[in-house]
Amino acid sequence: MARPSLSDLNALEETARGLRLDILDMTTRAASGHPSSSFSATEIVTALFFGGILRYRSNEPHWPERDRFIMSKGHAAPLLYAALARAGYFARDELWRLREIDSPVQGHPIQDMMQGVEATTGSLGQGLSVGLGHVLGGRLNNLRYRVYVLLGDGECQAGQIWEAAMAAAHFKADNLVAILDYNKYQETGPISREMALEPMVEKWQSFGWHVEEVDGHSIVALVERLRAAQEVRGQPSILIAHTIKGKGVSFVEADYTFHGRALTAEQARKAREEILCG
Amino acid sequence: MRLGKETGPQASKPLRDAFGDALLETCRTDSRIVVLDGDLGNSTKAEYVREAFPERFFNLGIAESNLVCVGAGLAACGFIPFIVSFSSFLLCNAYDQIRLAISLSNLNAKVVGSHGGITLGKDGPTQMGIEDLALVGGLPTFVILVPSDSASMHKAVQAAAEHVGPVFLRSSRMAIPDIYPKDECPFEIGKANVVRQGSDLTIIGCGIMVSMALDAAAVLAQGGIEARVLDMHTIRPMDRAAIAAAARETGAIVTAEEHLLQGGMGSNIARLVGEEHPVPMRFVGLDDTYVESGDPEALLSKYGMTSQDIAMAAREVLAAKEAQS
Repeated sequence: MARPSLSDLNALEETARGLRLDILDMTTRAASGHPSSSFSATEIVTALFFGGILRYRSNEPHWPERDRFIMSKGHAAPLLYAALARAGYFARDELWRLREIDSPVQGHPIQDMMQGVEATTGSLGQGLSVGLGHVLGGRLNNLRYRVYVLLGDGECQAGQIWEAAMAAAHFKADNLVAILDYNKYQETGPISREMALEPMVEKWQSFGWHVEEVDGHSIVALVERLRAAQEVRGQPSILIAHTIKGKGVSFVEADYTFHGRALTAEQARKAREEILCG
Repeated sequence: MRLGKETGPQASKPLRDAFGDALLETCRTDSRIVVLDGDLGNSTKAEYVREAFPERFFNLGIAESNLVCVGAGLAACGFIPFIVSFSSFLLCNAYDQIRLAISLSNLNAKVVGSHGGITLGKDGPTQMGIEDLALVGGLPTFVILVPSDSASMHKAVQAAAEHVGPVFLRSSRMAIPDIYPKDECPFEIGKANVVRQGSDLTIIGCGIMVSMALDAAAVLAQGGIEARVLDMHTIRPMDRAAIAAAARETGAIVTAEEHLLQGGMGSNIARLVGEEHPVPMRFVGLDDTYVESGDPEALLSKYGMTSQDIAMAAREVLAAKEAQS
């Protein structure tokens, strides 16, 4: 879809709500996990998987021509699993085994342990480099797929992100698109207080990237910008998606300490109401 | 097979040159192989591939973390990446990346650590991979190969390419005397080579220390001591049967490695000997220390890692064996 129609958009927003509810249920049942980091990127992942951006065959996870999606901020695993289940990679029931012993639904994603998981992530800073490897592999195989990497903002403090940024520009990886989930918080507090990242736009531009800023909770804007990124030639692209950590649940948005903490059953009940009304 | 310095041929070329030759040869026969360099291709000799197959050679610059993960991405696309740099830089800079992106992901990627050990010499301890085997030993899915001469290097590179899964291969700057005739080196992953028969004790070596073990055995033979010598070219999976047989049949073991004794080949052998058939053991290697710049031969001598040191350890372990009987 070039631009989602109103009915498409309604369906996509319904999908985002569904993903948030799955994330909530998964992490509440597991009594652990990273709900707020998953909520902040829910629209981004919705636009990618269900907004006509990613080409994939869930019944053929290793289809060589598939577009790649790499969840570099591996702690948003619940969001990744929820999206993969909804896309048909595996049964939705699997989601409820998150973080359980003898379950493949690991706390952070392990490559191929669940169908559709393209990379092992969780030690932050690695996903963009893996994505670049897929770009170079595609070139050697004469395949024209695209590689999308979802970055957290905190992980942009890692030197490896900038190693990869430099290399991607050097290799003119114009089929590599990073999306930065810029929710402005890292585990211990506001990024501006803990380890400031600004100016982000200029940093990426100076590394040779095409940079766009976007409202990371507007599915229509995300789909448009992701489409536009496909037209960029000669350099990699990054969408700096301004987001809200914990988006969709007021008391999670207001409290960054939900980073690595699940909601209680009572909190989850309230959160569910808010998500359904949102 | 060579029986000692007096009788054997000398080194044909430095081990790293043999690595470069072998890598190029393997690239010719398997189009899936790609080479990733951390800007040291001229030192590691990975550059031989750059000249012959420029499209399959990527210099990722001095950025080992990115280097390893780009390799992981290529492996996920069905290529067989050989990620080549100095052992110390790869394992120490990019350990986390090797752990997650390759080991935990169980990818078909090869990590080649050149300039392992102390015999790179004059560049000094910042460049020396004295702990590489211990580090890669902490990565459960990795096969670990330490070839002992040029012929063994050729077979090791081929075996690494053919094995499906993560492999660490140690290369070295040093010229090592040939142990095996060209094309006649047996090399099966996980199966140690008996390079000298003997029943009084067993010397187990890897890398350059196999050659020295043979020299030591030749010296010991002059005194009527017959040492069995094993080339433990695979550190993991380790040849438990060969170690158990050595312990049972010879009753004493000396290990020799160009690595820290802490966490290297010898300590792993000791665990298996302890489980299978405890016998007196002695360990030749670097004992809990860094070393300084210097001529490789001088460093080996200063730090107790020569054929004479192996022979001395052999006499000690034999005394301990006799004291027990």
